[in-house]
Amino acid sequence: MTITADPTPAGALREAPDVVGLPREAHGSRSVAWWGMVLFILSEATLFALLFLSYFYLRFKAGAGAWPLGGIKPPSLTLPGIMTVVLLSSSIPMFWAEAAVKRDRQGALRAGLAASALLGLTFLALMALEYHQDLKEFTPRTNAYGSIFFTITGLHGIHVIIGLSMNAYSQVRAWLGHFRPDHHVGLQNAALYWHFVDGLWIFIMLVVYLSPHTRL
Amino acid sequence: MTAPTRLETIHRTWEEPPGLMARLATVDHKKIGIRYGITAFVFFILAGLDALVIRAQLVTPNGGLVRPEAFNQLFSMHGTTMIFLFATPMLSGFGNYFVPLMIGARDMAFPRLNAFGYWVFLLSGTFMWSSFLWAAAPDNGWTSYVTLSGSTYSRGLNLDFYALGLIFLGISTTAGAINFIVTIFKMRAPGMSINRLPLFCWSVLATAFTIVLALPPLTLANVFLELDRAMGFHFYTVGSGGDPLLWQHLFWIFGHPDVYIIFLPAVGIVSTIVPVFSRQRMVGYTYVALATVAIGVISFGVWVHHMFAVGLPSLSESFFSAASLMITIPSGVQVFAWLATMLKGKVRYRPPMLFVLGFLVLFVVGGLSGVMFAVVPFDQQVTDSYFVVAHFHYVLFGGAVFPIFAALHYWLPKMTGRMLDERLARWTFWTMFVGFNLAFFPMHILGLLGMPRRVYTYPAHLGWGIYNLISTVGSDVLAVGILLFVINAPWSRRHGAIAGDDPWEADSLEWATTSPPPDYNFATVPRVRSAYPLWDQPDPATSDVLLVEGKEALATTFHDAEPSERLAMPEDSLRPLAFALALLVVFIGLLVRRELVIAVGVIAAIVGIVAWQWQTREEHPE
Repeated sequence: MTITADPTPAGALREAPDVVGLPREAHGSRSVAWWGMVLFILSEATLFALLFLSYFYLRFKAGAGAWPLGGIKPPSLTLPGIMTVVLLSSSIPMFWAEAAVKRDRQGALRAGLAASALLGLTFLALMALEYHQDLKEFTPRTNAYGSIFFTITGLHGIHVIIGLSMNAYSQVRAWLGHFRPDHHVGLQNAALYWHFVDGLWIFIMLVVYLSPHTRL
Repeated sequence: MTAPTRLETIHRTWEEPPGLMARLATVDHKKIGIRYGITAFVFFILAGLDALVIRAQLVTPNGGLVRPEAFNQLFSMHGTTMIFLFATPMLSGFGNYFVPLMIGARDMAFPRLNAFGYWVFLLSGTFMWSSFLWAAAPDNGWTSYVTLSGSTYSRGLNLDFYALGLIFLGISTTAGAINFIVTIFKMRAPGMSINRLPLFCWSVLATAFTIVLALPPLTLANVFLELDRAMGFHFYTVGSGGDPLLWQHLFWIFGHPDVYIIFLPAVGIVSTIVPVFSRQRMVGYTYVALATVAIGVISFGVWVHHMFAVGLPSLSESFFSAASLMITIPSGVQVFAWLATMLKGKVRYRPPMLFVLGFLVLFVVGGLSGVMFAVVPFDQQVTDSYFVVAHFHYVLFGGAVFPIFAALHYWLPKMTGRMLDERLARWTFWTMFVGFNLAFFPMHILGLLGMPRRVYTYPAHLGWGIYNLISTVGSDVLAVGILLFVINAPWSRRHGAIAGDDPWEADSLEWATTSPPPDYNFATVPRVRSAYPLWDQPDPATSDVLLVEGKEALATTFHDAEPSERLAMPEDSLRPLAFALALLVVFIGLLVRRELVIAVGVIAAIVGIVAWQWQTREEHPE
């Protein structure tokens, strides 16, 4: 690759003023990494939207009054209700953690991440308990209701695990002091993903747990 | 000793060293774009060879060249490969190479994600084609309808290769789409406001959004299929509350937007070439941009027109019939804009323009047969016949392959520095055009005479023989045309005329660089003052935006493209390849149903992604 003449115009020894003082990789809605995460979440949200569509498709195909299929009882609401409180609460320490890092309060950051992780793990434990109870009555191989029930909740569970992994990674970085008030894109993205996973659960609660109790 | 010039500094920062490791670790969008193009072209040839065997089998009644089971694998892999492993990746390759150049950027927003996307494409394509080694290639058409695709009637691994291969490939397609959106939103050169965005970039943007929304239904359909097959779930099994139509809905909610995922970048190429070879700015630029977006949006509302013969209520069918008729309107706007531009300007009939004119003729023919399909009673008569095969080849080959060949003749000089041989190019065009029409026009007649698609032979007394014979001859002529290009490209690379920076006197920023461009694309980031920078500005690539502090690119604001931040660009890395290989292990484990292999792959993938993210932090401490 031959180097031809330096194209800098004669006399323009310094970089243009509107470029010299620019920040490196801003946070918030202006960072490319944030945009990447938002679009990834859009893709995942579409996947779940179609899962809910498939749920109602199979339900309408079954006909009025025939859901859940095969005489399976509509899901109990106690445990899922507790799970809802636990999971949605876990978003609060996550908000705190983000607010804390903006004010350079590293201790509060680490505590917020840890609290959110604890609540997330509790959710998973309760989910395992709920599965244990359900599997006594039906499995994914029993019929289409079983398949769609366990697939929707199972895929959500996998997303919770991914969110907790991102949380763990953020905690390691927080302990190493990587996050600063003006540069914490990694934390923001982990938080964004976690809020998405929590928001998804609201829809799952409505579609999978509450709607079988209504007459459609 | 004098301090290095700014140019030397930029050059040293960006230049990638030679060698195998560097080749495996490159994150340069141009090298990745070339790889997408070459790999996609190899798949084009492989799927084309499938087609030649299909046509040889069908040339006479009661053909005995291949067994029915083999024939099913041939046509299934022909379609699957052409759509998933050729058309979209090829157009993605052009996007990869030229979108950053056209917007005046130094690379894509996520260069390592870009490399990862290519590796996943290569690995998933190889994964699917390896099925031939076990004579277990997908064999239920490119649409793989259940119940035939379920575990009862498809006992071998054929449909597992299909479902898992497409889920794997979907990761690459989605990653690429996200990369294009963020690049176009954030990295346009200062002054390239959204209304100065080249029409090819508008197309890539609309396509990328369509991909983000359309791939999930395909992934879900395949996840359901694989769960049914491998783990005995019941999404699609009738006796247990499942529904085979659920597959069709999910598949076509993806499938119809998918044809626009192929078509939109292709017409973006046409919108690039028409103004240059008419020496005339695009008539109705705004309407063409809006039509592009409208096509992407409406494409989500027509999928049931692939299901008109399946027994749905007439009210539903009427809605989708109306929507399918509606989508012709934005397409028509684009066609008339191109025609107006050509009429207003002075057309130069160079090879890229010849392929564009070929596209116009073939695509309009295909569009006309398409509009016929929107009418439900007609559709129900010709469904699953050769009339469908004729229609979609006219719109896909005419609508995508001809623009791809136009793009190859237009942009290879920029990529290689050499012009393609002009005479051979004209022979290529005419041979392909004649061969294509001979191959596919008779299929309209065959369809109306009742010949079904996907049949491995047919009896002698139905009068279908003569049209099949003409069609096979046409396919061989078409193959010769493509062969002429395959000869032209490498020969011209060595012996072609030197192209120079701007052999076509074009208007967009990629022609302001050398041919080929340096690794850093632009020594100084251009300041754009027009939608046709090279036609309106004296020296667009010379500016005062230098960015010599390390490996940097410029991010700008969304509406007016004012400089907003400096982006640190990554160095070469093997980690995208490592992560892609880890995912391959996961998918192999899922294919052979061995938990240990899956677990090894998952652990390797977790290590891989953590290592990738960690490297980011080391390079660019926050």
